[in-house]
Amino acid sequence: MHQLAFLADSSWITFDVDSFRQQFWDNTFNGLTFGAIYALIAIGYTLVYGVLQLINFAHSEVFITGAYALVFTLTGLGFSGSPPGLGAGALIADLIVAMLAAMLASGVIAVVLERVAYRPLRNRGAPRLAFLITAIGMSFTIQYLFFIWRGASAEPAVIMFVPTPVFEVFGATITDQQLVIVVAAIVLMVLTDMFVNRTRFGRGVRAVAQDPDTATLMGVNKERVILLTFLLGGILAGAAALFYVMKVPSGVVFNGGFVLGIKAFAAAVLGGIGNIRGAVLGGLLIGVVGNYGQTLLGNAQWSDVIAFVVLVVVLMFRPTGILGESLGKARA
Amino acid sequence: MSGVRVARAITAVAVASLVIGGCAANNNSSSSGGTASAADLPVVSEVPVPADAVLPAGDGKATCAGATIAYAGAETGANAQLGLNIVNGVQLAVNQHNQANPGCQVTLKKFDTEGDPTKATGIVTQVTNEADILGVIGLPFSGESKATGGIFQQTGLAHITPSATNPGLTQNGWTTFFRALGNDAVQGPAAAQFITGKLKASKVCVVQDDSDYGIGLANAINGVLGDKASGCQDKVTTGQRDFSATVTKINNAKPDAIFYSGYYAEGAPLDQQLANSGFKGTFVGPDGVKDDKFIQQAGSASGNAVFTCPCVPGELVPDFAKAYQALAGSAPGTYSLEGYDSATIMLRAIDSGIKDRASMLNYIKNYNADGLSKRFVWDPTGELKTSTVYGYKVQNGKIVYIGTIS
Amino acid sequence: MTTSQAARPRRAGRLGEWWNNLPRPQQWAALVPIVVLIYFLPVLNPPLLTTEPYTNFPIAMVHAAELAMVAIGLNVVVGQAGLLDLGYVGFFAVGAYVAALLTSKDSMLHKLPYLATLPLAMVVTMLAGVLLGLPTLRLRGDYLAIVTLGFGEIVRLLATIVPDLKGQVGFQAVGHPPGTKADGSPIFAANNGTPWYWLVVTLIIILLLFVGNLERSRVGRAWVAIREDEDAAELMGVPTFKFKLWAFAIGAAIGGLSGALVAGQTGFMNNQNFSVAFSVLYLAAVILGGSGNKVGVMVGAFIVSYIPDRFTNLSDRKYLIFGLFLVVLMIFRPQGLLGARQRLLSRGRQAYQRLIGRGEQISSESSVAPSGEEGRPA
Repeated sequence: MHQLAFLADSSWITFDVDSFRQQFWDNTFNGLTFGAIYALIAIGYTLVYGVLQLINFAHSEVFITGAYALVFTLTGLGFSGSPPGLGAGALIADLIVAMLAAMLASGVIAVVLERVAYRPLRNRGAPRLAFLITAIGMSFTIQYLFFIWRGASAEPAVIMFVPTPVFEVFGATITDQQLVIVVAAIVLMVLTDMFVNRTRFGRGVRAVAQDPDTATLMGVNKERVILLTFLLGGILAGAAALFYVMKVPSGVVFNGGFVLGIKAFAAAVLGGIGNIRGAVLGGLLIGVVGNYGQTLLGNAQWSDVIAFVVLVVVLMFRPTGILGESLGKARA
Repeated sequence: MSGVRVARAITAVAVASLVIGGCAANNNSSSSGGTASAADLPVVSEVPVPADAVLPAGDGKATCAGATIAYAGAETGANAQLGLNIVNGVQLAVNQHNQANPGCQVTLKKFDTEGDPTKATGIVTQVTNEADILGVIGLPFSGESKATGGIFQQTGLAHITPSATNPGLTQNGWTTFFRALGNDAVQGPAAAQFITGKLKASKVCVVQDDSDYGIGLANAINGVLGDKASGCQDKVTTGQRDFSATVTKINNAKPDAIFYSGYYAEGAPLDQQLANSGFKGTFVGPDGVKDDKFIQQAGSASGNAVFTCPCVPGELVPDFAKAYQALAGSAPGTYSLEGYDSATIMLRAIDSGIKDRASMLNYIKNYNADGLSKRFVWDPTGELKTSTVYGYKVQNGKIVYIGTIS
Repeated sequence: MTTSQAARPRRAGRLGEWWNNLPRPQQWAALVPIVVLIYFLPVLNPPLLTTEPYTNFPIAMVHAAELAMVAIGLNVVVGQAGLLDLGYVGFFAVGAYVAALLTSKDSMLHKLPYLATLPLAMVVTMLAGVLLGLPTLRLRGDYLAIVTLGFGEIVRLLATIVPDLKGQVGFQAVGHPPGTKADGSPIFAANNGTPWYWLVVTLIIILLLFVGNLERSRVGRAWVAIREDEDAAELMGVPTFKFKLWAFAIGAAIGGLSGALVAGQTGFMNNQNFSVAFSVLYLAAVILGGSGNKVGVMVGAFIVSYIPDRFTNLSDRKYLIFGLFLVVLMIFRPQGLLGARQRLLSRGRQAYQRLIGRGEQISSESSVAPSGEEGRPA
């Protein structure tokens, strides 16, 4: 059985249980931090999917556009590769300005995307797959616009502040950076959830998600709701850009959104696509499971394998994701 | 926006603690335990450029009926930067040659493989079919080189790779393949000796990426480091940006140095996240990491970085650096000088009156002279007979030379 | 309104109708010169069409033909059965690795003749398709899409992680069909595109006959039913799961075959060509040409493969142009260049003859309603 020996050879998979145990809480909190970023992006996928049943493949480019805007704004404000010697007030003001710029850029590009690429298709009653190809086409287009403009390598790092430990939980250090990202992301997610579930606009979004035709008959302006959905997804992607660059100051590169986008999309499906809370849950899970996988198996590629295996297994038992899919039915 | 308010409050706490704590990352003096850090390594401000290095201009009296050499390799795609470093070096050599020799104008044809082996077969076939091409600079990556070496061999077209370092490339019996730098098997052990010798590290973490280059180099260095690195290994993946699991592992192991076996695109954020987490050891990277882009992307964290590279620092060869800057609008990058030297060899062959591929191949095979980067003499497999590994470190946001390490 | 509608059957539609009304033998006769022309393309190297001096034209044509084969396979899954597969590259990879593992000098497995690995690659990928399909094909629409995407990624990552699959180091000297030229060099060399092209085109023709017959069989009708309305199909007694699995397995086998061919033609195989981006590109080829239309998806594949090879001198702009092209095309022809033409009856020719006294009709909007003036609503 020499032929099959390579499958039986187990040296390629080793379990580092000690490290896993030792780093469990560190990995959990780090995973939650990055998971919060996935979650913010995943909400964008889930909102658009809920309303249009469209996998907005170009959402990763909406995100990266915001990240570019963020980096340009911060660079313009004097941020660079070394931590700025700013006071707290000035730093916060600068970060807020940069985040607003990123939200604006992402929001605008998301709206442009809808108007230029998707709306003409809707008006012509195009099949669903045509939307998917348009999304892929826009994804390519935006990526390579950045490639032509900014080149193949990442933007120089912009460092906002050096994370410092604040306190310890279960032996794991929690830094101020982790707190900022997680708390701010949670607040944004709660606001989004409230917005969709409590406001008039949100009611429109849910109505269109549930039944576009009836919603139109009931006086909901469908086109405006769709535009608003894209805008909201874009704004959250812009916020995600701030936290992403905070964590990875040199992560802004023309194709940098792609891998992140795939994982965020997986997160949205895992939680139940079309469901905002599902997207959040999925994002956090993908973040945490990825970290566990890397430590337990000593290889970042394994963490991706595990993330997808978890996805498949969950979908086998809950075919519409952990929290089920409908945006229309998700009422508070 | 109450989210912002919360964020503001938390950032305030963050910044306050930051101010009190001071910028820990900038204090690099951790050489208390007998190990040396990047800061302790003396800078060497002169590169041993061979006095009689062969330059593309020659004596300016060359005459030929026009000739063509080609560059085949990535110009676009995710790996474009490395390819552009090379192609600019090659272009510079050709420009200088043509300017100095009005009687012999050499054309440079460029072919874009995107670093993709499948694409490369079609491109290289085209290159070999164009009868006027006498020699090729490329291909930059090991994968595409493996896919196309046989095609060059079949048509007897000589090619010099300025950057493919997989040791297996010279073991295919190809007689048309030449490598203008030392392979992974040379750099790995040299880097290991440097880490345990000059850096006096007794515990090392080796982090590798998933590339041919990263894995090969990691195997080479692990073979020499042995027990010193056995307890701390990690593997990351191309395109990864969040290294928190790796950072945690390294901080738990508390090594004196880490060796990152891969490219700067992942190495820079890894080093930055390591430094942010309070890691005080030295970050050692190979030629794939040694690039100005690394410093830009790692920011002030890059102050802990040391590089090993089988490449001479092009930016320290002043005339070359100045001319390159004028042509490309940026300082020479990794392998720019290798591209320049490789092109020079072919240009001088043309100046010597060579008009066909067979004599070009023969010329390169018997070549024995200094280039700006090193002496070029090849053994029959296409491997350089001698290759030196050089050391570099980051100082005040610039890559500076710290002497040879092997 | 009546006059404008009378003029409405567009030229393309009329051409299609004319074509479908031709008797079978005449259709075959008309196809022969086209097929001959296609066979001789790499030899003719037509001036305007050529990809030189950037890419060797015969090899560019092999790339196009290989992608066309991929598109035919993916079309079975996406176009016929309506299952959105974003991980098709996974099957392609499995096929490529079967060929590489069994023929390359870098592999420790026993060597087989290259041609023997082609059917083997199909069998192994077919099994992979069934293995993936069994647990996942109960999922609908986009859930299936993400699971297949995950499968594609898992295959790629395993190729990196499992040492014997050699990651980026890859396999050199993957085998090729036998035969040497007068000077002793192999006919099927990596730098000789023409024989490879002929091999791939011949296999494509065989596949087209096979898939075409499937389409017109009970299986094909079941696929259409599933694609149009899975619940209705289930209610009408179509064992949807079984037929979806068939679509998956057949699509996978064709993907595996093309993977094995690409591995042989390149002569080198590593893990670099199996990212999600390639699945997306394959899907673009299918939808661009016209999902569900065999000729269409081949045209789509030709365009997707040809543009980057033809315009390498545009360097960084080619993908931008490609992206914009997709967007603009979808706005003006959302059904793809050649939209799906569905023959709904297995003996359509005879049935139509009896029913309306004309040959086979293609279903565009109204499939059975007789076209022409009398059938139009005034």
